[in-house]
Amino acid sequence: MSDATAIRSGVPDLTRKPGERRALTDKAFTTFLWVMAVIASVPLFSVLYMLIAKGGGKISLSLFTELPPAGFALDGSGGIGNAIIGTLVMVGIASLISIPVGVLGGLVLGLIAPDSILAKTTRFIAKMLTGFPSILAGVFVYAALVIVMKTYSAVAGGIGLSVLMLPTIILTAEQAVRMVPQRMKDAAIGMGCTPTQTIWKVVLPTAIPGILTGIMLAVAGAAGESAPLLFTALFSYYWMSSLFEPTASLSILIFNFSSMPFEAQIELAWTASLILVLIVLIFNILSRIVGRKRV
Amino acid sequence: MTMINFDTGDGTVTHGIRASERISDRLFRAACYTAAAGVILLLVYIAFQIGVKALPAMQDYGFSFFTTQTWNAQKQEFGILAEIWGTLYSSLLALVIAGVFGVSVAIFLTQDYLPRWLAQIFRTIVELLAAIPSVVLGLWGIYVLIPVLRPIADFLHDTFGFLGIFSTALPGPGLAPAVIVLAIMVLPTVAAISQDAFQLIPGKVKEAAYGMGTTRREAIFKVFLPTASSGIFASLVLGFGRALGETMALAMLIGNSNQISWSLFAPANTLAALLASSWPEAGPIEQQALLYAAVALLGITLLVNVAGVLIMAFSNKQQVS
Repeated sequence: MSDATAIRSGVPDLTRKPGERRALTDKAFTTFLWVMAVIASVPLFSVLYMLIAKGGGKISLSLFTELPPAGFALDGSGGIGNAIIGTLVMVGIASLISIPVGVLGGLVLGLIAPDSILAKTTRFIAKMLTGFPSILAGVFVYAALVIVMKTYSAVAGGIGLSVLMLPTIILTAEQAVRMVPQRMKDAAIGMGCTPTQTIWKVVLPTAIPGILTGIMLAVAGAAGESAPLLFTALFSYYWMSSLFEPTASLSILIFNFSSMPFEAQIELAWTASLILVLIVLIFNILSRIVGRKRV
Repeated sequence: MTMINFDTGDGTVTHGIRASERISDRLFRAACYTAAAGVILLLVYIAFQIGVKALPAMQDYGFSFFTTQTWNAQKQEFGILAEIWGTLYSSLLALVIAGVFGVSVAIFLTQDYLPRWLAQIFRTIVELLAAIPSVVLGLWGIYVLIPVLRPIADFLHDTFGFLGIFSTALPGPGLAPAVIVLAIMVLPTVAAISQDAFQLIPGKVKEAAYGMGTTRREAIFKVFLPTASSGIFASLVLGFGRALGETMALAMLIGNSNQISWSLFAPANTLAALLASSWPEAGPIEQQALLYAAVALLGITLLVNVAGVLIMAFSNKQQVS
C-alpha cells in the first residue's frame, strides 16, 4: 500500500453538494427562523392596525376637551381630556421624584464608589426591581400612603409610578457614567477639580445623552402602566381640581371601559389606547434618537 | 491639604480647593450616597409595609390560605391555591411559547442571517412590542385574539376533547388568550437577553466552528447554543419573573375564575389578576386577604428575580472568561 492511498483513506470526502442532507436541514432551519421572526412581528402590526382602524375615527378636538361619558351616554359624545391630563400629571410627579434620585444613585454606582458594598447591593436590588410586578408598587403605596391620607390621589399615583421608573433610570445612568472615558475624568482631577466639580463639569455633560435615554424609556414605561394606578389614583369622571383626589388616567380608562356593554365606551377605550400608545411611542422614539448621540 | 498658588504671570491665579468647595463636594456626595441607599431602603420599606398591613389576615388564615381554593367575600373565606396554580401554569406556558420564539429571533438576528439594516428593523419591531402597554394588549386580546381563537379552540375541543388540555370549550375569556398575550409581553425580554448572550460568544469560537466545515445550523446547535446556554437560561428565568407579575392584560383576559384545571380553554385566575380585579370593590376584610395574596406574589417574584439576576451575573462572567 502506498503512502498516498493510506492518507487518502483517512481523509473524509470534502466535496459538498447543495442537495445533500445537511445542506437541506440547514435551509429548513433558515426557513423556520424566517417563519418565527415573521410570526413574532404579527402582534405589533395587528395592534397598531386595530388602534388606527378602531380608534382613529374618533380623534377630534372634543376628545381632548370633554369628559368621559358617565353611565348611559349612548350618543357617542364625550372625550378623554381629564384622563390625558391625569396621566401627564402623574408621570410628571413620578419623574420629579425618580430622576434626581436615579441620577444621583447612578453616579454612586458608576463613578463615586462603584465597587463598594453599598453600590453592589443597590445595583443588585435595582436589577431585581426592574422585574418587580408593577401591581405590588401600587399595593405598597396604598399601604404606605393611601391609608394614611384616607384618599386615592394623583400624588399617590405619581409615587407608585416613581417606584417603577427608579430602577431603569439608576441602571442606565450608571452605564452612561461608565461610558465617559477615564482620561476625561483623570484630566478633570488633574486640573484640581473636586469630585463634585468633575461630575458637574465633565461627567454629567458627557453622559447626558445616555442618561436621557434611560429617562425617556422610564417615562414611556410609566405612562403605559395601569396596575399601580388602580391602587393609588383610582379613576374619576371629572376634571382634576387638586393633586389630592382620585384622578383619571388613560390606562385605567381603557381598563374600565373595555368591559362596558356600550359601544360608545368601547370605542372610547380604543381611542384612548391610540393616544396612550402614541404618547408611549413618542418617548420611546425620543430615547432612540437621543441614544444615538452617545459617546 | 496644602494650598499651592501658581502665579501664572498674566494676572490670573489658580487656586487650591476652597473650604466652600470642599463642603459642597461633601454635601453632594452625601446626597448621592443617600440616593443609592434609598433604593435599598425602598425595597425593605415595600416588603415591610405590605407585610405589616397583611399581618391581620396572616394571623386569621395562616397557612391554610395557601391550600384552600375558595374566595368568598360574603363568608369571609379566602384561599389562593387556585391563583397560585393559575399564576405558575399560565407563566410556564407563556414562557414555553416566548422561549421558542425569543431564542429563534435572537439566533435570527445575531447569526448573520440578515443584512444589518433588516436585522435592525426586526430588532426594533420586537423592542417596540415591549412598549405596548399591558391594558392595550388586553383590549386587543378581548376584541381581536379571542374571536380568532374561538373557532380554533372549538375545533380542538371537538376533535381532541379527550385530552386534558382541550377538555373544555373556550367560553370567551380563558387561559389560552391570556397565555398568548403573556407570551407576547415576555418575548422582548427573552429575545433581548438571549441576543446579548449570543453576541458575547467570542469571534474565535465562531471561526473555529465554521473552520471545521460545519453548516450554519450545525454550528448554532452544536457550538453556539451550548456556549450561550446559561445566558439563555437567565433570559428565561427573568422572563418567567416578568410573567408572574403581569397584571392588567391577564385581569382582562383570563376569566377570573377560581378553579384548577389543565384545560387551556378554561377560565382561570392569577395572583396579580385577582388583586387587580377584586380590589376596587373589596371591603376592608377582603382587602386584608388581598394584601396577604400580595405578600405571596412578592415572595414568589423576589425568589425568581434573585435567581435570574444571579444566573445572569454568573453566565456573563463565565462567557467572558
